[in-house]
Amino acid sequence: MDVYLPIANLSVNGLWIVALGALTGVLSGLFGVGGGFLTTPLLIFYGIPPTVAAASASTQVTGASVSGVVAHSKRKGVDYRMGTVMVAGGVIGAGIGALLFRFFRSIGQIDVVINALYVVLLGSIGLLMAKESVQVLRGTVGKQAARRRHHPLVANLPWRWRFYGSGLYISPLAPALVGVVVGILTMLMGVGGGFILVPAMLYILGMSANVVVGTSLYNILFVTIATTIMHSVTTRAVDIVLVALLLIGSVTGAQFGSQLAVRAKPEILRLVLAAIVLLIAFRMLLGLFYQPDEIYTVYPL
Amino acid sequence: MRALFLLLAALLLSGQRDPVLVPEVSQHDVQVRQGFTGTELLLFGAVLDPAGRAGQGYDIVVVLKGPSEPIRLREKERFAGVWINAESNDFRSVPSFFAVASSRPIEQIVDEKTAAIYEFGTRYIQLSPSGSINPELQLRFASGLVDLKQRQGLYKEDFDGVQINENVLYQARISLPSNVTTGTYTAETFAVSNGRVIASAMAEVEVRKVGFERFVALSANNWGLAYGLIAVLLSVGMGWGAGRLFARL
Repeated sequence: MDVYLPIANLSVNGLWIVALGALTGVLSGLFGVGGGFLTTPLLIFYGIPPTVAAASASTQVTGASVSGVVAHSKRKGVDYRMGTVMVAGGVIGAGIGALLFRFFRSIGQIDVVINALYVVLLGSIGLLMAKESVQVLRGTVGKQAARRRHHPLVANLPWRWRFYGSGLYISPLAPALVGVVVGILTMLMGVGGGFILVPAMLYILGMSANVVVGTSLYNILFVTIATTIMHSVTTRAVDIVLVALLLIGSVTGAQFGSQLAVRAKPEILRLVLAAIVLLIAFRMLLGLFYQPDEIYTVYPL
Repeated sequence: MRALFLLLAALLLSGQRDPVLVPEVSQHDVQVRQGFTGTELLLFGAVLDPAGRAGQGYDIVVVLKGPSEPIRLREKERFAGVWINAESNDFRSVPSFFAVASSRPIEQIVDEKTAAIYEFGTRYIQLSPSGSINPELQLRFASGLVDLKQRQGLYKEDFDGVQINENVLYQARISLPSNVTTGTYTAETFAVSNGRVIASAMAEVEVRKVGFERFVALSANNWGLAYGLIAVLLSVGMGWGAGRLFARL
């Protein structure tokens, strides 16, 4: 089924795109991540221009996270206060990200920067997750020393608020800063940032685990909305036809993913996700060190 | 009086000597709409030779060019083990599409100088490089660009692509891939004899988006904010709708 993408300016096999959407959908249903970290590189690999891929992937993540937010808010798994502070930071971050995007583009290193970001972030988070799930599977967890509630730096920030959902009394500056960082990454990499948010919420902010996934999805939903708008106004690279195709796959895939998630062991799921994340990081790493397929890249003036 | 006579004679004689090209293109209006996967253009026509030298033989070269755009080409280089963008060069007129077809290999038809003048081949495309004045560097960048475009299917050469029947009718097929840029394309046809271009003619092909595709591209470029809001609504709606649908099943 050939579908012409009016913004990417090329024709693609629609079924492949739907299948790609379904794959990321299953992942997002299984693990509660948006799946943007998988969509963007695969779209680029398929031949979609990188800017269009990143912009459209972030719009797709919006759709993929909606049903998750609804489900989590029903069982009170969203700390709206915390989420809103993070969204505010995220919107600022998306703005900074747009400026950075323009800057790296003007010095011609945007593709290198995006590649390096993927390697560093996915690599470190993949390793972290793999280590943890292996520990859980071996049953060595639980003997470790009681974890601090939150990072000491967070406790030093002034002007504290109460976050009842998360069970925290901390400065709103901490979640806002986390939001800014995630917003920047969303704009640059076309990812929702769930795979950074969840560890940051657990280990830096020390939020209680039952609101982490819901609040993360809530944040992702609004930050990707802001990113879509930002892309539409600045890069004009959101391809609505591409988004629709990806969504058809991902919204159905997400449902199957969440049903699978109920049956599978969480530690095994985590290990699988870690393997996927590491695989992509490794592929990107090769791209940095091996001679790339294309030595020359065209930038319109 | 004598001068006028000479001029007239020259005109008449030359009119008799030089053949006339009558070109035509199968499609003057290529519509890019849903399901567009590229198209094939048939460039055909006739060579009318008033001198009636049918059978003497000439060669036909057709050049199809898409709208030009200025670009910056960046070259990756290994720096401390990592491949990063290093040098760059600007080209002010890079045709978005370039195809040349001829009835025989170009080097058998014309010399290199003539080929360069009429852009008979991808290595003769006039890219108007600017920035660096080092000719070696420019040559390296230009061939890198042509190679890239060739692999994208946007630049091509077919030195066996023109058929000539009875020394009068010619035809060439050039396929446009789906990733072509919209705009006005020019199809130039040249009749070459004894290494000299003896006649040329031009036809235009308009490639444009129509219907929904045109509307989407226009909206994205002119009403960015509204377009973004609609994209958000679409994805929120689809995500929420699917959630509701599956909840009932």
